[in-house]
Amino acid sequence: MEIHNVEYKHCDLIEVSGRIDSSTAPELAEAIKKIMDAGRFKIVIDMSKLEFISSAGLRVLIATQKNCRRYNRGELVFAGISKYIMDVFELAGFTPLFKFFDDVVAAVGYF
Amino acid sequence: MPTIIFPGYYSSLEKIADFVKKEAQESGLSRAQIFAVENAVDEACSNIIEHAYGGEGIGDIHCTAIWDQKEFTIILEDHGRSFDPEKVPDPDLKAPLRDRKPHGLGYYMMRQWMDEVKFDFHDNRNRLTLVKFKG
Repeated sequence: MEIHNVEYKHCDLIEVSGRIDSSTAPELAEAIKKIMDAGRFKIVIDMSKLEFISSAGLRVLIATQKNCRRYNRGELVFAGISKYIMDVFELAGFTPLFKFFDDVVAAVGYF
Repeated sequence: MPTIIFPGYYSSLEKIADFVKKEAQESGLSRAQIFAVENAVDEACSNIIEHAYGGEGIGDIHCTAIWDQKEFTIILEDHGRSFDPEKVPDPDLKAPLRDRKPHGLGYYMMRQWMDEVKFDFHDNRNRLTLVKFKG
């Protein structure tokens, strides 16, 4: 898994590629924590290069969404999710809990 | 019927996935089926390390791939604590965000990805059989 962060004026973008599993999920959690520790809770994750996500990765995303939505201070949204990764979200019943955008421009524009 | 022994570390998960994907591809499974098997095996092996062994570096995972014209099977064996699937409640997939639990999804998803999931415990060895039907 590789993570790349970009800080925009109105939100933070995390580009994640490769695999999010029990081995790499803590690294993603740490990257997100750094953003939230800086008081920023509007986050876009670009999933266009993500190949795999397990329930360990989903746990990080649900914890992040709970934290971001607290006090209406922000939200976690996704961009460029592939059909396969979307299948994982659907199986986990996650699709009503997040917003999905076709690309990063649309997702960043949402904030 | 290749068997590979992987050390019980989370860093083994990607190597296990590579092995399973290669065997599944050779068996003739579709890309979507291979993705399903990869997901189920990852959930199973994560559970073995976290719950059966109670952490990383405690024991190995034996991974065997078998296939014929009708189905593709992965057998995972470990020497950790036995697992009673009856004790794992299904997650509430319609719960609002605040009520979503951090755990309990892995086993549920494993069963959804595969056509058959069977647990056996013999001679202090757990055996998990995961079957995906072809076609």
